[in-house]
Amino acid sequence: MQDAKVTMGKMHAALADNPCTGAAPSGAVKLSARDVRVFYGNNEALHGVSMDVMANEVIAFIGPSGCGKTTFLRCFNRMNDTVEGARVTGRITLDGYDIHDRAIDVVMLRAQVGMVFQKPNPFPKSIFENVAYGPRLHGLAKSKAELEQIVESSLRRAGLWDEVKDRLDTPGTGLSGGQQQRLCIARAIAVSPDVILMDEPCSALDPIATSKIEELIHELKQNYTIIIVTHNMQQAARVSDRTAFFHLGDLIELGATPQIFTNPRQQRTEDYVTGRYG
Amino acid sequence: MNSSTHSDQGYSAIRQRVESSLARRRNQELRFRALGIAAVTTALALVAILFTTILSKGLPAFWQATFVMDVHFDPEVIQIGPKPTAMPGESPAAFAQRLTQWQLDLNFIDFGQIIHRSIAKLLPEADQHPEGAAHLVTSGELFALRDMVVADPGIVGKTVRLKLLADANVDVWLKGNIDRDLPDAQQQLSAQTRQMADQLYAKGVIQNKFSTAIFMNPDSRSSLASAGLAGAFMGSLFMMIIVILLAVPIGVASAIYLEEFAPKNRWTDLIEVNINNLAAVPSIVFGLLGAAVFILWFKLPLSAPIVGGLVLTLMTLPTVIIATRSTLKAIPPSIREAALGVGASKVQAITDHVLPLARPGILTATIIGVAQALGETAPLLLIGMSAFVASVPATAFDQSTALPVQIYLWQGNELRNFFEGRTSAAIIVLLALMLSLNSLAIWLRKHYETRW
Repeated sequence: MQDAKVTMGKMHAALADNPCTGAAPSGAVKLSARDVRVFYGNNEALHGVSMDVMANEVIAFIGPSGCGKTTFLRCFNRMNDTVEGARVTGRITLDGYDIHDRAIDVVMLRAQVGMVFQKPNPFPKSIFENVAYGPRLHGLAKSKAELEQIVESSLRRAGLWDEVKDRLDTPGTGLSGGQQQRLCIARAIAVSPDVILMDEPCSALDPIATSKIEELIHELKQNYTIIIVTHNMQQAARVSDRTAFFHLGDLIELGATPQIFTNPRQQRTEDYVTGRYG
Repeated sequence: MNSSTHSDQGYSAIRQRVESSLARRRNQELRFRALGIAAVTTALALVAILFTTILSKGLPAFWQATFVMDVHFDPEVIQIGPKPTAMPGESPAAFAQRLTQWQLDLNFIDFGQIIHRSIAKLLPEADQHPEGAAHLVTSGELFALRDMVVADPGIVGKTVRLKLLADANVDVWLKGNIDRDLPDAQQQLSAQTRQMADQLYAKGVIQNKFSTAIFMNPDSRSSLASAGLAGAFMGSLFMMIIVILLAVPIGVASAIYLEEFAPKNRWTDLIEVNINNLAAVPSIVFGLLGAAVFILWFKLPLSAPIVGGLVLTLMTLPTVIIATRSTLKAIPPSIREAALGVGASKVQAITDHVLPLARPGILTATIIGVAQALGETAPLLLIGMSAFVASVPATAFDQSTALPVQIYLWQGNELRNFFEGRTSAAIIVLLALMLSLNSLAIWLRKHYETRW
């Protein structure tokens, strides 16, 4: 477990008995993390987390503030690289490839692993430009028509098309909070990622906007693997297949969502999901 | 029951205490507001006094005592042919000799006589006091007449209605800028000249007319009435162009590097501290540096706008860097994360999103830095830009002064009565330039901010 160079086969064998991997649903392993530690300066914020994420599943990260769930989430698209003084050790693979490998371009990785942030952060540009930015950056569209096609299908998948189709050239910042967050989701899926990381995507939204995003997550599951960090345990229970509970930089328990909420194996998980702290 | 009575008493006591503190807080607020209003009023009053003084002194200087009269280009006085051109078969030496002779002839023409005759026609007394009459028109106009003859030899023999600037002392006398009761010994002009000036003014020959001399001419010491700002203006313009071309790209690039790319370590801390210190270095020190480095080492010419521009660039750089960095700092990190999140590289995130958002701030910082450089005087004194230069610089390597230096030079001119107005007029030009630059900064900021 501690040695990141242990072969994958041995790892899976070792993981079978580990309460932290939980009963993974059938399917291919999309993302795999082994003994991931994150340091901010000399402070270790994440103490060796291992986990497999299956293709097309929704996995929720829950835990009290400062437990390392967002830090861990940001490891999957190497967003921690942009944080001054942050250091990540351990091994993370996407479809079996080490994302820290020198041959992997972080730009390529982020095209495959999209991200939606806590606060809606559309670019101060038009709705169209917001969605078109990624595809244009990666040269995904050969013509203007193709680009328009990508923008439309992304907005449709994000459930925003009908609301904005007549005002694509108005600023994205002029939309409501919920619409902005769906625009950010459209922006993320416009570059056709495999995985979407969502960092508390509904924390700044009202209940109606939240329920729309939750419906959207259900639909997106067909095509994408989704990791969602949330403070809202009902939300985790509603949208996710599996739930991971983090506490003080450790992954305490990972299991099927119903099991985590009804029959947690760890005392700390039970205390948290029953509202005794957090 | 018991406990509720107790809490009611507690409640009213708290209310009393809060109410008594409320009055104190309200008074505090009123005092603070009164102080603020007093400060603003004082500042506005001082600005108003400054502007009134400058405008009341400077604006009349744009109008100068001007002769409006018929000038006869008398062929008796002007005996010269057209400017010679090389004839076929003529040796270059022979042509050069002919040209020199022609120039000599030209210089011997007594244009003063032309003006004297024109005045004498209107005021016969002028013939009795030719010495006094010679001081009526400023000497620079003699060269203006000469230039007219050179430009068009056909003018000889004709009579043309011309506007000629009166001598600076005549202007001072007629405007009442000198005490008319002073004894002759203390007057700049002789009694006859003063009398003739008054008579010509009464006849309407000398009029107070708007003069473009201050805008179109370089500085002058022999013909004070035609001394102008053109040389200093061009010098300032060249320096501004140099500052914009150098300080803006270097400053903005350094700021972007330091803010977005540089690792945060002891070296960048050291650089940051030093940039902040440089911004606080007195400007005259930059002048010394410029003299030592650009003139002594690089052998750049003395008194040239190129050196002034380089010195002002050094002086402006810290301002531009600091302002640009604070603008970049103010761009929300969420925009960077959003761009990085869809797979933009760091450079793309900056050029596509951060810079467009920072543009209004950077523009404002730049323009204010340039405006500051435009008004700087001290460093220019040390690189020889306070020299008297009687020509308009054609390139940045020619000798020149700058607007603020010209103000300083005119302020010290011996003919105070005339140059007090000229100085204020120059200040008006400089302030107008500054205000338009600052308005441009405000307009640019508004223009780019309202886009989204």
